[in-house]
Amino acid sequence: MTSSKSSTLYLSPPRSDLCLALGLRALAALGMALLLAIVVSLLLEAGNVFGEIGVLRLLTDTRWNPTEQGFGLAPMAVASIASSAGAVMLAGPIGVGAAVYCRFYCGPRQSQWFRQMLGMFAGIPSVVFGFWGLTTLVPLIANANPPGASLLAGTLVLSMMVLPTIALTSYAALEALPLNHLLAGHALGMRRGTIVIQIALVAARGGIAAGMLLALGRALGETMAMLMVSGNIVQVPTSVFDAVRSLAANIELEMAYATGTHRSALYACGMVLIAVVGLSTLLSHRLTEGARNA
Amino acid sequence: MLRRFNIYRVSELLYPLAALTFVIVFALLIGDLFSHGWAYLSWDFLTQEPSRSGRAGGILPVLVSTLMLLMVAMMVAVPVGLAAALLLSEASRKRTVLARSLGISIDILAGVPSIVYGLFGNAFFSVYLGLGFSILSGGLTLGCMVLPIFVRTVESGFLAVQDDWPQGAAALGLSKWSTLVHILLPAAAPAIAVGLVLGIGRALAETAALIYTSGYVDRMPSSWLDSGRALSVHIYDLSMNVPGGEPHAYASALVLILLLLAINGGAAWLTEHLLHQRIQRS
Amino acid sequence: MFYANNVTRYGRTLGVSGVLFLVLVGWVQAGDKKLVLTGSSTVAPLAAEIGKRFEKLNPGVQIDVQSGGSSRGVNDARVGLADIGLVSRDLKREEHDLKSYSIAYDGICIILHRSNPVQALTKEQIVGIYTGRLTNWKELGGMDRKITVVNKAEGRSTLELFLHYFGLSNSQIKAHVIVGDNEQDIKTVVGNPGAIAYVSIGTAEYDQGQNLPIKLLPMDGVAASSANVKNRSFPLMRVLNLVTKAQPVGMTKQFIEFARSETVYDLVKEQYFVPIAATK
Repeated sequence: MTSSKSSTLYLSPPRSDLCLALGLRALAALGMALLLAIVVSLLLEAGNVFGEIGVLRLLTDTRWNPTEQGFGLAPMAVASIASSAGAVMLAGPIGVGAAVYCRFYCGPRQSQWFRQMLGMFAGIPSVVFGFWGLTTLVPLIANANPPGASLLAGTLVLSMMVLPTIALTSYAALEALPLNHLLAGHALGMRRGTIVIQIALVAARGGIAAGMLLALGRALGETMAMLMVSGNIVQVPTSVFDAVRSLAANIELEMAYATGTHRSALYACGMVLIAVVGLSTLLSHRLTEGARNA
Repeated sequence: MLRRFNIYRVSELLYPLAALTFVIVFALLIGDLFSHGWAYLSWDFLTQEPSRSGRAGGILPVLVSTLMLLMVAMMVAVPVGLAAALLLSEASRKRTVLARSLGISIDILAGVPSIVYGLFGNAFFSVYLGLGFSILSGGLTLGCMVLPIFVRTVESGFLAVQDDWPQGAAALGLSKWSTLVHILLPAAAPAIAVGLVLGIGRALAETAALIYTSGYVDRMPSSWLDSGRALSVHIYDLSMNVPGGEPHAYASALVLILLLLAINGGAAWLTEHLLHQRIQRS
Repeated sequence: MFYANNVTRYGRTLGVSGVLFLVLVGWVQAGDKKLVLTGSSTVAPLAAEIGKRFEKLNPGVQIDVQSGGSSRGVNDARVGLADIGLVSRDLKREEHDLKSYSIAYDGICIILHRSNPVQALTKEQIVGIYTGRLTNWKELGGMDRKITVVNKAEGRSTLELFLHYFGLSNSQIKAHVIVGDNEQDIKTVVGNPGAIAYVSIGTAEYDQGQNLPIKLLPMDGVAASSANVKNRSFPLMRVLNLVTKAQPVGMTKQFIEFARSETVYDLVKEQYFVPIAATK
């Protein structure tokens, strides 16, 4: 913040500032190095695919049968995107609504309790959600429409899993709003509901969007729960009751015995997921341009 | 004043409804766990070693391994995460190349499937760095997974700090370090708390990645290089792999939840007291 | 000022206690004798229990068991990442450079929901169901309900044995649900009265004993039970093996002999498998 070259009142920055700057950059560089290592290793592993099979085949092949030269991962990509987007769309309103309730409508004690509950939910292992889905949700759906293990089950379980993320991040975003904004609304005679919608949610939309993005990332990357409740059949779903296989579940199922091109194809599945998250991030940045610095 | 249909009034009914929906879902799941697992929870369960593949005995070594994993993961994620979040929040105002690439990498990482983290962790930490199946390897992998969540959440917190506060601090002659410790961190404390809660939750919830990095051994770990079974892996094994392991799987899930309560409470207390929240937003 | 002091004080105590804890707990163990076993998650619990008993009888020894699948067990044994591989099937032709030692037997049977009136299925009927030719239980004299075919994921030894026995290839199977583990099979059938699946006999017997609503179908007229696996009359069986790269020596040899000895038959039975000598 201090301009060190032109000002006549030149104060040398305290030593702690330099240490801080160095330390921060060192830590961040470490972080970046780690991330780079991950991205590079993924690219290397998936690299074979682009050479031997070509990206086009990944999208246009009709079957996924790597041992028999079928590399069409489009059905699985559709499944992953559909279930994750569905989960976020389902959990989004509920999560934001719950966050608003916590922040604006209930007492501090209840709010604390509620957030404790959300925190607990955030830490429940995916296998517990999957198990519950398998033993409770899937039979329920099977009664209505066999086989039960389906896109619907996967979406519902995923939405349960990302709900705490959305709720907690939205709560943090709402809590960080300067009171001035809200008081101004009061001064203008707005009722609480109006303040929430017209002021609070608008001002916090950057933080809320960040939360939704985190949720989307978690949903796309979720392996165990999808494995247990979505049926794992590679097909493009024509109804929510169809069994589907997500890209992440596919990697888990096949990595154990995959070799060579098959292995690279599985890593390519991982890359597709990352690409989807990257695109969604870009999109969300565009949509909330300016909201981040509100 | 004529009473007419007011959407804002109606919306006020929806918020408690949303909260109620969550509470119902929560009750369904936790209730299921309690009804199946409460009977098997006991002091012995917490303090003994597992026997008969986990169908008898307790989960002490698994608990210890889990806590050790968590410790490594947070020790990696918190400092690096705070630094990255700080840089990102400052730089989003300046838009430097370093910041943008950091931001993009973080976003990319947020979307990597947990199994891929497991494979990466195995290839990099276990094989390349020679750590083998170990708690260190698993903890480092978990740290990588927690990092994006923590950074994103804390960054939102830093961004929400009004510009005039750091400027006022500079005007008063505070060094950057003091500004950070006395103003930025306390102001962002709620976001940091949420980041911790979400990060710890993610770490404890992770199963697939740990099977390939910290492993399956349910012996009490005697060093960071020992393989140790995480609670989530134990629950997975008991519920899906070992016939007759279900009762203890439910009980272990309950222990996990109680552990979460304790840790989250601790994290909240820590952020409250270490960051001395004396900042009134106005 | 008070504030800054607190932060430094807290920070210092945390830092010091953290370092102390790390040093105390993190004392790296000097090289103990250690065996690493990786492979099939079906064999892993059994191997872990045998390992624990072995450790008690041979103090100073560590037996580490990891999972990851039968193919992983074969690969790791081959390249030396593991001392012993855990494999839940016989070695394939291209794997015969390795040595295998069986430690238990297991049968694979078809299961249906208890409420399903169908009592037995012939080989042709099973093939018909799994290839999608028969789609409703009423075609087999049962209720009017769609058949939900449950298949195992590719690469699992149970699948390969099933395919081999019925002379099918995986692409011929028209499944409605694909599962990863044994228990997932059983849970799927429990939750869906129209489902059909194939699982390990031991696991199915146990779950049936726990009053789960499943029933085991006889295969080719032989009832599905551990007893019939024991007397070798059940047609679809699989072997659980320990594999090594070369002729085992030293501790590896000791462990393998221990795992095949009578002293661990109770452990094998506890996992609902059939011990090897019992079948002689």
